[in-house]
Amino acid sequence: MAIDSLFNIASSALNAQLTRMNTTASNLANASTTASSEATAYKAKRVNFESIVQEAQFDGQDFKGGVRIGDIVSDQTPVPSLFDPGHPNADANGYVYGSNVNEVAEMVDMMAAARSYQNNVEVVNTAKQLMLRTLEITKA
Amino acid sequence: MSIHFADKALGGFQRSLELRAKRVELLSQNIANADTPNFKARDLDFKAAMASAQTQFVKTTHTGHIASAPGGAANGEFLTTPLNPSADGNTVEIGVQQAKFGQAAADYQATLRFLESRVSGIRKALRGE
Repeated sequence: MAIDSLFNIASSALNAQLTRMNTTASNLANASTTASSEATAYKAKRVNFESIVQEAQFDGQDFKGGVRIGDIVSDQTPVPSLFDPGHPNADANGYVYGSNVNEVAEMVDMMAAARSYQNNVEVVNTAKQLMLRTLEITKA
Repeated sequence: MSIHFADKALGGFQRSLELRAKRVELLSQNIANADTPNFKARDLDFKAAMASAQTQFVKTTHTGHIASAPGGAANGEFLTTPLNPSADGNTVEIGVQQAKFGQAAADYQATLRFLESRVSGIRKALRGE
């Protein structure tokens, strides 16, 4: 039946968007994290979405065409370095490495994720309405 | 026999309701994948889907018969053409999809209303009212 698979599809999207929002929150929280080397500096995390193929099975039930997190990758933009010998995280040459998080971009990404989340909540609401209306056919 | 009865009594609305639900499902997949790179939005051509659903009734009763039931390609599904191209290859335009989703949900409810009146008609006939 098609209407009840709407719940699975929309909930997979809710889950994916929530992960994206979590990632954004983590990036924003670590925007001013410092490190003593380029390798250990915080890199902004990005989620890659991929659609779930039609035939995939999920917990024994038919799970069609939703979305899931493919992988979470680190942003490869170079991290900024700052000459600050007095800093507790400064390396031997007196450099401190910040994170490559772009706060403005993260805020925009968070808003986009929130909007997509709302869209899918609306899908769930509509699916619920349609289902309840369908049940009422027995009263006709 | 019972299937034929349902077909006649319900006027094909039950099949039409299935297809309406199918369209709502396809559009919800598009909305779910609004941010997925390279996802191609799909839609259902109701007229074509209904036509193929009706022709599926021709049965093959002899080994020499050729099955008329169309395969996956002819079930009315098609990839939508986006109004504007996007950098990540995703063809979901969320506004368009939302509008279509609203329309599909309304279509579903309309079909449901027709089906309901059929059911209540049958019920009245059975009761002899």
